[in-house]
Amino acid sequence: MAADSLSRLSKDPCENAASFMKPSGRQTSARWSHGSECKLCRFITDTGFIPSSLISLHPSNPHLFLIGAVERAARKAVQDTTLQEAVASITVVGRVQMKTRKTLRGHLAKIYAMHWGADANSKLCVSASQDGKLIVWDSITTNKVNAIPLKSSWVMTCAYAPSGNLVACGGLDNMCSIYNLKGKDGNVKVMRELAAHTGYLSCCRFLSDSEIITSSGDCTCVLWDIETGTQKTIFAGHQGDCMSLAVSPDFNFFISGACDFTAKLWDIREGQCRQTFGGHESDINAIGFFPNGNAVITGSDDATCKLYDLRADQELITYQDSGIMCGVTSLAPSLSGRLLLAGYDDFNVNIWDALKSERVGVLAGHDNRVSCIGVSADGMACCTGSWDSFLKIWN
Amino acid sequence: QAEKVMLEMQDPKTGVKSQPQRLVITTIPHAITEARNFGSMLVALGYIYPLQDHKRLVIKPDASLYRFQTPYFWPTQQWPVEDTDYAIYLAKRNIRKKGILELHEQEQYNRLHKWMNHKWDFIVMQAKEQYRAAKERKKPDRVVFECQERAYWVVHRPPPGTVSAMDYGLDRRIDPNTEETKTPDFYERMMIFTQQSIMRPRVKSSVSIGAMVKYCATYSSHDPFLSKCLPSNPWLTDDVTYWTLNMPNVEIPTAMRVERWTFSFGELLSDPRGRNDFRLFLKKEFSGENLAFWESCEDLKWGTAATMGEKAEQIYKTFLARGAPRWINIDGKTMEITLKSLKHPHRYVLDAAQTHIYMLMKKDSYGRYMKSPVFKDTLKKAICPDEHKFTDAQLEQNAKNRRPSLSPIVLRQLEQEQKAKMAANVDITQLCRFTTPVPHLAVYSGISDFPSANASPSLPFLTHTPACPSPISVALDSTSASERRAEATEGEAEGNPAARAPVGGNASRSRMALSLRRLLKRGCTPSNMFASLSPKCHSAAGTSSRIQPIGPDQPSQAPPRRIANFFQIKVDIPPECRIYPIESEDEDEENRAASRGGGVGAKEIICPWESLTPQNGTG
Repeated sequence: MAADSLSRLSKDPCENAASFMKPSGRQTSARWSHGSECKLCRFITDTGFIPSSLISLHPSNPHLFLIGAVERAARKAVQDTTLQEAVASITVVGRVQMKTRKTLRGHLAKIYAMHWGADANSKLCVSASQDGKLIVWDSITTNKVNAIPLKSSWVMTCAYAPSGNLVACGGLDNMCSIYNLKGKDGNVKVMRELAAHTGYLSCCRFLSDSEIITSSGDCTCVLWDIETGTQKTIFAGHQGDCMSLAVSPDFNFFISGACDFTAKLWDIREGQCRQTFGGHESDINAIGFFPNGNAVITGSDDATCKLYDLRADQELITYQDSGIMCGVTSLAPSLSGRLLLAGYDDFNVNIWDALKSERVGVLAGHDNRVSCIGVSADGMACCTGSWDSFLKIWN
Repeated sequence: QAEKVMLEMQDPKTGVKSQPQRLVITTIPHAITEARNFGSMLVALGYIYPLQDHKRLVIKPDASLYRFQTPYFWPTQQWPVEDTDYAIYLAKRNIRKKGILELHEQEQYNRLHKWMNHKWDFIVMQAKEQYRAAKERKKPDRVVFECQERAYWVVHRPPPGTVSAMDYGLDRRIDPNTEETKTPDFYERMMIFTQQSIMRPRVKSSVSIGAMVKYCATYSSHDPFLSKCLPSNPWLTDDVTYWTLNMPNVEIPTAMRVERWTFSFGELLSDPRGRNDFRLFLKKEFSGENLAFWESCEDLKWGTAATMGEKAEQIYKTFLARGAPRWINIDGKTMEITLKSLKHPHRYVLDAAQTHIYMLMKKDSYGRYMKSPVFKDTLKKAICPDEHKFTDAQLEQNAKNRRPSLSPIVLRQLEQEQKAKMAANVDITQLCRFTTPVPHLAVYSGISDFPSANASPSLPFLTHTPACPSPISVALDSTSASERRAEATEGEAEGNPAARAPVGGNASRSRMALSLRRLLKRGCTPSNMFASLSPKCHSAAGTSSRIQPIGPDQPSQAPPRRIANFFQIKVDIPPECRIYPIESEDEDEENRAASRGGGVGAKEIICPWESLTPQNGTG
């Protein structure tokens, strides 16, 4: 019977106004309207099963136990080596010492999010704070290029479009507001307000000037069409609030981390959840792609970060230290991927050697929790934002 | 469910004992604890309300009296509890007896008065009406109704300090606490999930980890956190030479940058400078259409949705149709799928074809490029700056000279200008050639019929990385003003025809006098490539979509219509372009413009979504 279902999978991209079984199992309808692709919306869910690593919590359920066993077996089959073995001959990176090169002052309240511009040649970044302001900084001169007042001061995330024309923010108002930085006569105005989430907006990331992906406390992630302000695809399947998301370097996939302790890899094009990764023991607060796009790093309230291999479909290593007992709030890999910078609740940023899983540096300079971190597009600087209302550029 | 109980309780036969006490009143059984909890809930939600202590919605274990709330006011009615109604209610009570409002009610009243000032007349009027209507009722009914209304508002606008039963949490799509019921659908999904889990293509760990380790090693020397930047890290020394040397379209790239091109094909393509070099190489190899197609697909993927149909159409005409000027060579199956899906164009309609071409370039052209003398030459000429050795004094000086960084918008404009400048080195005689229809426009299809193939050393084209959206959509709004200015200045200086931007392609409306300049432009309708040749017309470089017609009476056209012309940069002169007298060509343009604005396919061009003849488009 299962075979039948699979044979009914329709991969024909011309299928329109049809509903067909997707590999994820739940019936979905993908509807393309002629000529205009953004009239209708796709609702995609995955099976929503708990991944194998958490099966031990539900020993009473034989079905889930079976699936867990199957997945574990499949993953074990390809595991012919571990990361530790593979890097045994590589020496740990030497001590990395970075100093604060710039301090961006201007916010009056906790900074909740920051995002670098994608242009390697411009050093602009945007930050959002609960004083109700979105500030675009020129990190070289520490000048404020734009200071955008927000309708709702309960902002939790911000994003900079790759083109540099738009910035987005959102938070407890359940909406993602898009601002046009290139408005006529220099005014920054709200271009769109994307409202359909029933929970707070935890993270948003642009794909282009016409599309944006948001993750929300209502357990879903949504792909929006900015021009029409409508939802194009809803990615549901998490069992807990989605806390963060990251888009792959080739813009074909994105990953989301949620309060159900799992991270999911979603295919934007096909609208499917491709893989689910468990292993964390608490909410996943931060997530990011390894620069080659084939691995995922997650940071969680259980004070650890984990590296997952997408192609081999398994957890590679955990970055933990007995001395660290507070949760990870944010993370960013360096340009080569060798270093992992992670911000913690204990006001510090720890720098890990990603391959050897050893701490090789600390950035201590904030007087309150480090809430966000980002490495610039050319890999030359790292920016940290904190609840002490300052952003610091480190190098 | 509460409602059902309510109804049952009120049933005179089986329900709760009720005694008329002046009016209709009942007592609630409170002997059992469970009943009391349930009773509390009913009171909190407003199904029953206490008569004496009406502000506290609790059940008291004594003989105090409660009354059933009329179904009109039940919470399950799910009326939106409007502030307007509350305002009317408070106003009404104010009318009845001034000063009767509680303190918190007074505060609310004042607040609502402030917020709803614009509606206040309406509110007062409504309140008066309701008061008047109430007066006409019989006294018992009126008293009951007043109590009911009061109880309703206590539930929905609780006095400060009380907990409201109306509060609820987030609306989650999936309730994490529900147990999933074991329907047949559930088991089917489980089976599919298991199958998917087994069948998922997995790579061996050794391979995957190996690749990761190799990636780290390869890029380690390019990681500014791990290795030194030459000549110096601007963050440390405040000297921006490093950034200047690595601008997107610099003349001579640095050695590190060229080295990155060797890491992967993706790196080469994502670097505008690298892509330019590769484009030139392909031109010599006569396979330039591959890269052009890939770039068009990227533009389609990241452009605005409104332009999707037109872009897809243009791509089809240029690259996929039988006899297309820049026909790309993809296998039959892919071509078939692509053409079929082009009937309903969407963002990813050309995915299969694009991937095919990408792999073709990667496996074939890329390798040859790496071995080619051109590349070796680039490598040799690449800059290897020496390390800066600043003294403290110099460092201080550098810090003082700090310049603000460029905004990405400005950067993009600079790019366009630079491209325009480079492409402006064109011999005037070249222009004349292009006025006559040439079956395959040599310069762009790579087959050079012209002796002087130095027409444009680097073809003016939009370079955009996968990460960048189409500059068309980017630049649509902002620079139209500056662009019109550029046009205006152009209109004045009648000097150098070569420097003119032949933007006549869009000049469907303006009826200007015959002049050499205009003739060139009209004849060069498809050669909007020359639009980018003008150093004056900054915005025209590649983004001819925004080109406005010349003349003082320029209509501001909706840019999306003009996206079609974007592809005419690379396209051969379409069959319908001849050297027409200006007037008729204008009409032609208008017709074309009109039909384009209206539908998906222009009538005179055969497209897959027209009435198909089977031969069309099958590879």
